[in-house]
Amino acid sequence: MLTSRRLILAHFWLAFAVFGFALVLGAWQMFVRSPLHTWISNPEWYYRSLTAHGTVMGYVFPTLVAMGFGYAISEVSLGRPLVGRRWAWAGFWLIAVGAVMAMIPVALGRASVLYTFYPPLIGNPFYYLGIVLVVVGSWIWVALMSINLRVWKRDNPGVAVPLPMFANVAGSYLWAWTAVGAALELLLQILPVAFGLRSTIDAGLSRVFFSWTLHAIVYFWLMPTYIAYYTIVPRAIGGKIYSDTMARISFILFLVVAMPIGMHHTFADPQVGAGFKFIHSAFTALVALPTLLTVFTICASVEIAARMRGGRGPFGWIGALPWSNPIMMAVAFSFVMLGFGGAGGLVNMSYQLDSSIHNTQWITGHFHLIFGGAIVIMYFAIAYDLWPHLTGRAMRDLRLMRVQLWLWFVGMIVTTFPWHWVGILGMPRRMAYYDYADPAIAPQALSVALSAVGGFILLASGLLFILVLLRAQRAPREDAGAYRFAAALHPPVLTPALNSYALWIALMVGLTVTNYGFPIAQLALRQDTSVPAVYVGADP
Amino acid sequence: MTVEDHDIDAARVAERVERRWATLSIAIIVVLAGAAAFAGIHKATMPQARVETVEPQTIHLSGEFTEANLGSAAEPDGSVTVRAVGQQYSFTPQCMVVPVDTPVLFRATSPDVVHGFLIQGTNVNTMLVPGYVSQIPARFSRTGDHLMPCQEFCGVGHEGMWAKVKVVTRDEFLRMSAGNRRVACVD
Repeated sequence: MLTSRRLILAHFWLAFAVFGFALVLGAWQMFVRSPLHTWISNPEWYYRSLTAHGTVMGYVFPTLVAMGFGYAISEVSLGRPLVGRRWAWAGFWLIAVGAVMAMIPVALGRASVLYTFYPPLIGNPFYYLGIVLVVVGSWIWVALMSINLRVWKRDNPGVAVPLPMFANVAGSYLWAWTAVGAALELLLQILPVAFGLRSTIDAGLSRVFFSWTLHAIVYFWLMPTYIAYYTIVPRAIGGKIYSDTMARISFILFLVVAMPIGMHHTFADPQVGAGFKFIHSAFTALVALPTLLTVFTICASVEIAARMRGGRGPFGWIGALPWSNPIMMAVAFSFVMLGFGGAGGLVNMSYQLDSSIHNTQWITGHFHLIFGGAIVIMYFAIAYDLWPHLTGRAMRDLRLMRVQLWLWFVGMIVTTFPWHWVGILGMPRRMAYYDYADPAIAPQALSVALSAVGGFILLASGLLFILVLLRAQRAPREDAGAYRFAAALHPPVLTPALNSYALWIALMVGLTVTNYGFPIAQLALRQDTSVPAVYVGADP
Repeated sequence: MTVEDHDIDAARVAERVERRWATLSIAIIVVLAGAAAFAGIHKATMPQARVETVEPQTIHLSGEFTEANLGSAAEPDGSVTVRAVGQQYSFTPQCMVVPVDTPVLFRATSPDVVHGFLIQGTNVNTMLVPGYVSQIPARFSRTGDHLMPCQEFCGVGHEGMWAKVKVVTRDEFLRMSAGNRRVACVD
């Protein structure tokens, strides 16, 4: 049952439009800092572009996808029209206005502070206010998801919450709480200084606040992808979910342990002691658990599909999979990228190994492989899967879809593998140019050039994706039937703990307080470590 | 055997396989965290342990990070301490000199914004956060030059913020430090 099609399509279209815009900037950045181009005449342009690319790709694009997909999940899996559609539109417009408000100062060069803010660098206040609007818009979605579930539960006592909605609401709560870290940084530290009410700022404290958001935000980006793994893939390839229970446990684990681990981003920072660094490192190892469980359940679900299609033998079933089906291709590509990206992530979260790659191009390579690769390729799959149901039109460009997914996969590998490599060689991140004539940097030139080529392959794939969606929007009308999610092999049994969130939210908040409370309190009480703000661009 | 019996059997098998995988996953995680703990405690390899603060706005006037005190200092115990400051958009000293096969302790901070301190070809890699002192022990096993870029975005001049670390023989370091309280290799 999809009644809010216009709402959902608006979210997806805005998401993919800003994605296309940021993708162009990304490819340009890869090119200008590579040896294929001469040194950029004004490095400020590079940081301007980088701020826009990061802000759009990190805050606007995935948030819109999660929201649009969330509304679709609510209507389809609960089988009832969305409650509060007007509010949903309000949330959408807040995000649209916020994104524009943030991008104007960035485009004018008044907020080249990068999407990670980096105080005591301070940009134009409207940049931060724009981001605040985006987050407030998304919180409306969080509230709506919670309300819709509550209304459904009231009318369906004693029935297990459908898995897609259970996961979707878990993802929304995760986002609500993880955004608090950056919100505190913005409201307590950055905005007062940006408006000139205060002149100094403690950079150590803001780095800790931001780490609270910075890691779990990745799991928020990941949620639509994992929901698609569990509830779209098995149905799309003609199989069933291996275990509904394990799926719920995975989503609960993400909710509980995604937050209290962010300080692995501050291993190299002097303002946090070794004890909390170790605790966060250990908890980060724990967050690998839901991913390991998911890898198992999805592989098993795919195997079920293959055997239902007549696959035989310990490995022979792999050949029986519908490899020409775009969803099958997307999930396979996604898993390969998740495997490499996850392995790299183990290095990053390691208490000891991190120092050899911290803040090098390895990190950029890592999160592009995970987010841009494993996660975004499933956003494409979600769009392809939902599109005929949202537009009521046929989607016949299967060949183009396959080419697009292949290009994205190859482009991401060509971009990120050399990126990891130059990171090991010690190449720092986020520089407008490098002196490739220096004998110590010259050996990195070839890898950087290769990586820039990958960037253009990605750009081609991204534009192709938008073309496929546009063409489908103009295709002849055709009824795609009712949209449905995958069913579990064994129907879910109502287990109270796996159907509600109170306990898990209490654990999420509790663990965040134990893992962050003391370091934040200690830093907040210091008076002597603040520095004057350094205003970016022009007069404050 | 009825169909239902078969279903229940299949469900049991499915559960057993799943439990085994979950156990294996947990074991992997315990080993990972255990290895980190062991290496940290037994080999003392860990990120900076202690939080040390310094008044960021007056570091150039008095204390450890005044300009005359920056550079490499030979300690009585034979080790070397290198003190440095990173500011928009350079390091002081711009070229640091250290002896080979000698315990070296880098101590650095920033008076303005956040910078990075990364010596290429080594695992010396830390953040410079204004208000806090970063300290990192190292030992260089070969002579030669290393580039030292700022690895954290610090403003529009970030791409130009590179320094150098020169590893020299112990004799050469002794010669350079004879008569000098602090050593650097800035031309």
